[in-house]
Amino acid sequence: MNAKSMGLGLCFLTAMAAGTSAQTIYPLNRAEILSGSKFDFKVEFPGAPAQGAVKVTINGQDPATVLGGQIQFVEKEDGLGHSALKINGVSLAGPGEYVVEATVGDRRVSVKWEVYAASERKAKNVILFVGDGLSVAHRTAARVMSKGIVEGKYNGDLAMDDMPNMALVSTSGTDSIVTDSANAMSAYTTGHKTCVNALGVYCSLAKSSLDHPKVETIGEIAKRRGLAVGVVTNSEVEDATPAGMVAHTRRRADFNDIVKMYFDVKPDVIMGGGSPNFLAKSTNGSKRTDEEDYLKKFQDAGYALVTTNAEMKAAAGKSETTKLLGLFNTGNVDGALDRMFLKKGTVDKFPDQPDLTDNIRAALDILSKNQNGFVLMVESARIDKYSHSLDAERAIFDTIMMDNAVRIAKEFAAKQNDTLVITVADHAHPVSIIGSYDDDRPGQTPREKLGTYAESKFPNYPAPNADGYPASVDVSRRFGFAFGAYPDYCMNGKPWLDGENVPAVAGATPSTFVANEKNCTRPGSVRVTGNIPFDANSGIHSADDVILTAMGPGAEAFRGRIDNTRVFRIMATALGLSAK
Amino acid sequence: MPILTRRETLVNGLALLTTIAAACEAAADPDVITFDTLYKTFGIRGLEFSDRLLVLRGREVSMAGYMAPPLKPESHFFVLTREPVAICPFCQSDAEWPLDIVVVFLKGASALVSAGQRVRVSGRLDTGSWLDPESGFVSQLRIMDAQYRKA
Repeated sequence: MNAKSMGLGLCFLTAMAAGTSAQTIYPLNRAEILSGSKFDFKVEFPGAPAQGAVKVTINGQDPATVLGGQIQFVEKEDGLGHSALKINGVSLAGPGEYVVEATVGDRRVSVKWEVYAASERKAKNVILFVGDGLSVAHRTAARVMSKGIVEGKYNGDLAMDDMPNMALVSTSGTDSIVTDSANAMSAYTTGHKTCVNALGVYCSLAKSSLDHPKVETIGEIAKRRGLAVGVVTNSEVEDATPAGMVAHTRRRADFNDIVKMYFDVKPDVIMGGGSPNFLAKSTNGSKRTDEEDYLKKFQDAGYALVTTNAEMKAAAGKSETTKLLGLFNTGNVDGALDRMFLKKGTVDKFPDQPDLTDNIRAALDILSKNQNGFVLMVESARIDKYSHSLDAERAIFDTIMMDNAVRIAKEFAAKQNDTLVITVADHAHPVSIIGSYDDDRPGQTPREKLGTYAESKFPNYPAPNADGYPASVDVSRRFGFAFGAYPDYCMNGKPWLDGENVPAVAGATPSTFVANEKNCTRPGSVRVTGNIPFDANSGIHSADDVILTAMGPGAEAFRGRIDNTRVFRIMATALGLSAK
Repeated sequence: MPILTRRETLVNGLALLTTIAAACEAAADPDVITFDTLYKTFGIRGLEFSDRLLVLRGREVSMAGYMAPPLKPESHFFVLTREPVAICPFCQSDAEWPLDIVVVFLKGASALVSAGQRVRVSGRLDTGSWLDPESGFVSQLRIMDAQYRKA
């Protein structure tokens, strides 16, 4: 080590040591804030000083003068060892740089914010597709299956491939290099990074999950500006990605609070699974802890309530339908492979669940009635869930489903050229296509069946149907689709035809998971020793960058590598969301 | 075979009769219920118990399922699930229980088997929303005063 680099290292250490006990200002340093968007301002002072001992300024002025509103000062917030200065629900109109300083004694901390204007509207509508956990291998596999590949050249592109603009998106959060869907979606919907499990809030020291500094979501801003808002998913609607459009909580598992947040914001279209949190506690099958009947509340607020694909299509076809709540499953909506081919999962209980393509058609019919335009978020949620369960074929089929929905959005956008269409993942999974499992190879076990390099022959899935799905995944040459992070599990390199894979189950020792023995008796099955912590029951996310493609007005801003927060800024800019 | 005295024969006979009676009681009484037959409707607007289940309320039943990871190694209750649970709702705040669980309250606190073990439970069937004061666990469907064995 030379003297210079050692010096740099020492400086870094000093800063780190000071950082552990320094005051924290929210929004954090380098925040990019949309002019006119609402946020909670908070400064936390460790050591719980009295109000007289602290000083906070914004551009040298009293924060109440700059932000408006009333300063609240709480000594020992929540009985903890810090004091908090707060002004909730403020906004900044003037674009430019803001320097916030917080001083207590001789310790001074400062952060810089950039406030930007988005006053010139380029796009009437934005459609944001989120492939949850969608990684490059899913995309490649979906293209092979649904387009075909001959002599190394594809017979066609995915709809999400064929877009003029592309960017590499980095997804890490404020607290960790590997993020989750809550934090990742929050970056897209608010333009602020936060920490794992958090939605629409910065992660402060407050005790209650609902008491952290909020930042406004694009769902809320768009509603304030008179745009329609749609939230479409095939997960539970309370799940992190869809909830990111409306929610403010430190804890993504606050499903009952999230239902209330949906009701407060009132997106015009809400579609997905997750009905139990809408039911009053006394209803059998409810997961609520109060007697609020949100099915009734939404209906009383003018929403058409639909629970099957047929009901959804009928409601969307009526000219008077401008608000729709579609709940199609108690849990997640079944994925494409189960609904269309294998009839596993909960297909027997819920035989008429919509496909994401049905959802988006209905959503576009309803939202496009709003002359002020709309923001529509469409999530293919189970790419992620099936990747957690190490179930490649189901994840790939739901990637194809997402692409079919993207094609419909492109057709819609092509009519007027006034719609910004974005396709992106919220985070990656550590997945790769490492070859092909070939039943013609000798032996029984996956290592014997896997052909690599010259032996990785093209898979022989049957030719796709009109929707891009092969009729069978149980073929003699299939993807060697490898998961890079896994608990103890058993596998034989074959698809999970009897239902979604459950790789591990809770073990005898608390908080440990062991291989699901059911899978260990499949022919050719081998035991794989997990490579992630013992308390993980499934595959995990990775910090790898993800791919974004975009088209339409405003899409040209997507290029190179961007932080995920930039997606919000580009959408807000295209829609002119800071306009008065 | 040893020769039995009259008295020994009588005692053995009584013991045999008692055993037979106990076996009959055990075999005759519990109605077997399964996860597949708990509900008449399982829908968006809520779940409805099957007619048979409602008839069996208050009666002795027997049911097989998987013991979910317990809160403590020894406890007076555990959760019975259709499949071995990959999640541990007691350990992870984010994990949710499946909707079709049955909560088993044992006759007394008992050591529980390792999670993922298939068990057969017998006891008195009870339905309706109920909060267990000791654990704070809310359930809709329970087997009370229960015993279990490995299945």
